[in-house]
Amino acid sequence: MKRLYINKLFLALSALSALIGLGFLAWILITLFVQGVGSLHLSLFLNDLVEGGLRNLIVGQLILAGLAGAIGIPLGMVAGIYIREYGRGKYAEFIRDLSDVMMSAPSIIIGAFVYAIAVAPFGGANGFAGVIALSIMMIPIIINTTDSMLSLVPQELREAGIALGASKYRVILDIVIKAAKVGIMTGVLLAFARIAGETAPLLFTSETSNYFNLDLRESFPSLTVSIYNLANEPEQSSRDLAWAASFILTMMVLVINLVGRYITRNKK
Amino acid sequence: MEKIFQKLSFSSASLVLIILIGIFFTLFSAAKPAIEEFGLHFLGDPTWNQEVRLDTAPAATAVADDTIADEDDMMMLDEDDEDSVNTKTVFGGLVPIIGTLLSTLIALAFALPIAMGIAVFLAEMASKTVSKFVGIAIELLAAIPSIIFGMWGLYYFAPIISDLFGGFQVSLLTAGLVLGIMILPFMAAITRDSMNTTPDVLKESAYALGATKFEVVKDIIFPFSKVGIIGSIILALGRALGETMAVAFLIGAVYTIPEKITDPTISIPVAMAVNFGEASGLGESSLFYLGLILFVLSFGIISFAKFYFLKRVKS
Repeated sequence: MKRLYINKLFLALSALSALIGLGFLAWILITLFVQGVGSLHLSLFLNDLVEGGLRNLIVGQLILAGLAGAIGIPLGMVAGIYIREYGRGKYAEFIRDLSDVMMSAPSIIIGAFVYAIAVAPFGGANGFAGVIALSIMMIPIIINTTDSMLSLVPQELREAGIALGASKYRVILDIVIKAAKVGIMTGVLLAFARIAGETAPLLFTSETSNYFNLDLRESFPSLTVSIYNLANEPEQSSRDLAWAASFILTMMVLVINLVGRYITRNKK
Repeated sequence: MEKIFQKLSFSSASLVLIILIGIFFTLFSAAKPAIEEFGLHFLGDPTWNQEVRLDTAPAATAVADDTIADEDDMMMLDEDDEDSVNTKTVFGGLVPIIGTLLSTLIALAFALPIAMGIAVFLAEMASKTVSKFVGIAIELLAAIPSIIFGMWGLYYFAPIISDLFGGFQVSLLTAGLVLGIMILPFMAAITRDSMNTTPDVLKESAYALGATKFEVVKDIIFPFSKVGIIGSIILALGRALGETMAVAFLIGAVYTIPEKITDPTISIPVAMAVNFGEASGLGESSLFYLGLILFVLSFGIISFAKFYFLKRVKS
């Protein structure tokens, strides 16, 4: 009988752990909802931060993440293709491991690195530096997804292409990538969601701006960095704005995330 | 075209290597002034940005020798004394290093049992539908930006913790606990995946012998997936070391060694995030020194986990 009681206790504790995990998610989401919806107005989307709105920050964050994607996605995909399709032996294996390690590298370190190469030499924060920092974060994530999605494509498809006389890169671009398209799309969306919510790499690279400034040579408006600044200000109005911004940011990130998952689910 | 594409893909892959080497050397050369100035003594020095008198003795003897000097000369000597000739600003990394390690330890201690419980629940207890739903929810927890954890932690979680345990609202404890919540999904997911690699035959034969679920997990699944679980713990540790924004809200960002777990302190990423803006010269270089330490530490821990533990899971 004792064994059965221990078993029951164990199962109860496991279920409790799952409830704790869900509880934290719910707690954070409810907090964001209550605080965020309360301070949400249409005017937030029409005014810039100088006038108490968030328009420039939302646009700026999306531009930063979008440009980082424009650099990081093709580079990461082509690198992933090398590792899976071209790489022979140790070097490809080494790069794969290295990119896995880089995926977990502290984001503040990447910020400091980009500060040293792209901010300090040019005399001040600029949007380019932020884009570089975010794309460095994105590349290993994309490599990882591309690599694992390509590994799911059956070898026969490649052989069929080669047998038809297609050159290897044609086979890769026209057959292998097409077959892995959905999986890679999901990975790309998840990677985009992840870097869109990053703060640390932007803190001293692109910083943030109160104005609707879209010149990448100057400090660039960022939603996340401004949340950090606003949340640490003593005025209640600043904090309300920070909550509204947090709500918008989280919804953006979670929606992209869920869309990504929904795409893969449909495929199955 | 074939050749071009192959070259292109090779160079993109090599970019990873180049970036990593670039990070290391950039951090190293930016940290060099501080490394030359403080050496390894930096690791054990708890002072940060404090003026220390270098050689007060010669100044004192100079005054003593010059007893017949008139008032004006004395004034000039005093001014010389306050000049930077005899003082230097000292930076030491001990406090942020301790803060980083302790907050990570608290996070691990908090997250470990819960993550194991979640993994068991997902892998062994819940029905397929429930497991999928809870699994997605836990992964969404991982998708929430860290700055949100920071704000929520500061305004909602910290007051409760300081009511329960006393002490400051921003402290090592609150930072560690929120850090624990953040690594929870990550740890749970990898542990679940390694538990799922246990062959059904093994589990079924144990059940056939009349084992309870607890005994199957303890005696069959856990020994089988042990290596992967340890790997996931170390990987989570590597992640927690470098987490910046959430900890920046919660740890207090003061350069004092915490006497109690509820005292505020600072961690390496937070030191970089908070002080980088106003730092210059030796201060900035010292921050890069801290960054180099963090980079080497997390790089070592993560590659150890990847190569030693998780590799063996794959094969």
